[in-house]
Amino acid sequence: MDNLILKVCTKVLFTPIILFGLYVQFHGDFGPGGGFQAGVIVAAAFILYAMVFSVEDCKVIMPPKLNFFLLALGAFIYGFVGIIGLILGDPYLSYDVLGSTKEAGQHIGILLVEFGVGLTVCNVMISLFYSFANFNFGKRNND
Amino acid sequence: MSFIIKNLPILIVITPLMFSLIVAVLTNNRIAWSLSTFASFLTMIFTILLSFEVSDRSNISYYLGNWPPPLGIEYVIDTISIIPIMIVSVIGLIATLFAHNFITLEIDKKLVSKTYSLWLLTIAGLIGLITTADAFNLFVFLEISSLSAVALVALGSKVDRKALVAGYNYLILGAVGATFYVIGVGLLYGVTGTLNMGDLAQKIPTLGLNKSVIVAFTFMMLGIMVKAAVFPLHIWLPNAYAYAPSPVSVLLAATATKVSIYILVRISYTIFGSSYEIYSFESLRYILLYLAILAMFAGTIMAIFEKDVKKLLAHSSVAQIGYIVLGISLATSPGIASSFIHLINHALIKAGLFMSIVAMGYYTLKRIDVKTIAGLGRQLPITFFSFVICALSLAGLPLTVGFISKLYLIKAAYMSEGIWLPFLILVSSALSLIYIWKLIEGLWYNEKSLKIEKIKELPEIYLPLLVITFLNIYFGIDAGLIIDNSFIASDALMSGIK
Repeated sequence: MDNLILKVCTKVLFTPIILFGLYVQFHGDFGPGGGFQAGVIVAAAFILYAMVFSVEDCKVIMPPKLNFFLLALGAFIYGFVGIIGLILGDPYLSYDVLGSTKEAGQHIGILLVEFGVGLTVCNVMISLFYSFANFNFGKRNND
Repeated sequence: MSFIIKNLPILIVITPLMFSLIVAVLTNNRIAWSLSTFASFLTMIFTILLSFEVSDRSNISYYLGNWPPPLGIEYVIDTISIIPIMIVSVIGLIATLFAHNFITLEIDKKLVSKTYSLWLLTIAGLIGLITTADAFNLFVFLEISSLSAVALVALGSKVDRKALVAGYNYLILGAVGATFYVIGVGLLYGVTGTLNMGDLAQKIPTLGLNKSVIVAFTFMMLGIMVKAAVFPLHIWLPNAYAYAPSPVSVLLAATATKVSIYILVRISYTIFGSSYEIYSFESLRYILLYLAILAMFAGTIMAIFEKDVKKLLAHSSVAQIGYIVLGISLATSPGIASSFIHLINHALIKAGLFMSIVAMGYYTLKRIDVKTIAGLGRQLPITFFSFVICALSLAGLPLTVGFISKLYLIKAAYMSEGIWLPFLILVSSALSLIYIWKLIEGLWYNEKSLKIEKIKELPEIYLPLLVITFLNIYFGIDAGLIIDNSFIASDALMSGIK
């Protein structure tokens, strides 16, 4: 797509979209939001970039290998925060022991877990987009 | 170390789950395999520790995140669930050890570490399905295990593109099954306001005769019956097993449907067992009984006419699932015990059969069908030996595990239905000899059709195979362990019925 207005607007909007995504992510404790919604919003910024510029350009700022790594990392963070509680003597996914008080612990725990969720959701959306964008319709890839 | 003992119920689930995330990002295929083996080994160690914990017939209840049920998710390990967990972790370890050569041969280099990741995810999903006592958490694990299994089946497309269609069918039918299950759970949640299985069992009888409960029961049973491939909902199974990459066939054939059958038992006995009298569900068992009899014959007859050996074994799985469901449908303690016995034994038998057949495929680099196996037995004596032992075990020859399960199944069937049912079981067993003999005859007596140089059998392939074969004989001679535990489990299940 070779449209100057779209390109400039995308450049202007790219960071605010991610910023809004982060707001939704970390405000999820107090209002509507959380990892799932934030992940989709952040991924939308990348997908917009890929649609206005090109998928190859988007692969420069988010290489597929990094994308896959972050995808696994997000889920790993979720699981690992649970394991910390387990090692410190509480059941799995119990965040009470993470902070000085129970409330603080729950707070830290859910914040970290939601960050993991956001990371995974964002990267799953991007990798879904990549795999559909790279798909050769009507052609066979293997033979 | 005490935290390990305290957290065993969750450790058996998260060990493969977390390792699958680590394995996914690795680039070295050998390390990916070693880590997967390590993860499944750890899982098996944890399972063995867990089985000591429940050996005094106590239930272990584990609250995730310290939230007590019915609010939080509860994991329960008892004498019933330890049996399928044992099957999944032991077969999982043996299949992982066995998988390496096949995965390097059959799957793109770039995808190998992701394959192991999916592999561990399947194991984690299957174990999670068994441990959870939360009806909705069960759905989540159902999705984890079946989506990763679908992807694994579809990975067979490098060898044969039919794997894509097989995977797609599995995906759609599996999704229908899971959706049916979750509709049922939703309805139950609507009328009881709880998702915990123990809590549901207490609250459902207090509702009296409630139509939502009947609909929920139907949806849940149908959904899981699709997953368990109970005849006539087995359409996805033969192709999925036949075109999946070889080690995936071994893993899925030995574990996936067994776990679904366990859930079938859990739903009908643990959740709805307390309300059988109100709804007179026991008359429904005749539906399962006749479907099981149909499965026994349909699966066997389809296997007799099948040319492709992997598909033949898959059809025979449909028949064997029929035997297991038959035991459940008797709704007596010996009946359920016999189906638990066959659950374990069939996992051993089918793992052995699939392993020996895919090993033959590996050595000859050909798709194994009735013609290409001609004379192969003389070239591959160790693989052939294992195949014969497992095949005879499938037919139910004495001194093998197959005999034990047939014996107890026939005894239970005779006790509750009279002479006609054992007769049908014996007839279908006799029919299964036809396809078994067809394979053995082809392997040993026919002149060889393939021009192959002398093949050297590889220890990393035949050692896991010999372990399975040994288990097939060992538990056929000293069956006490399996039989005792199955009877303990069935008594525990029957005690919940009112």
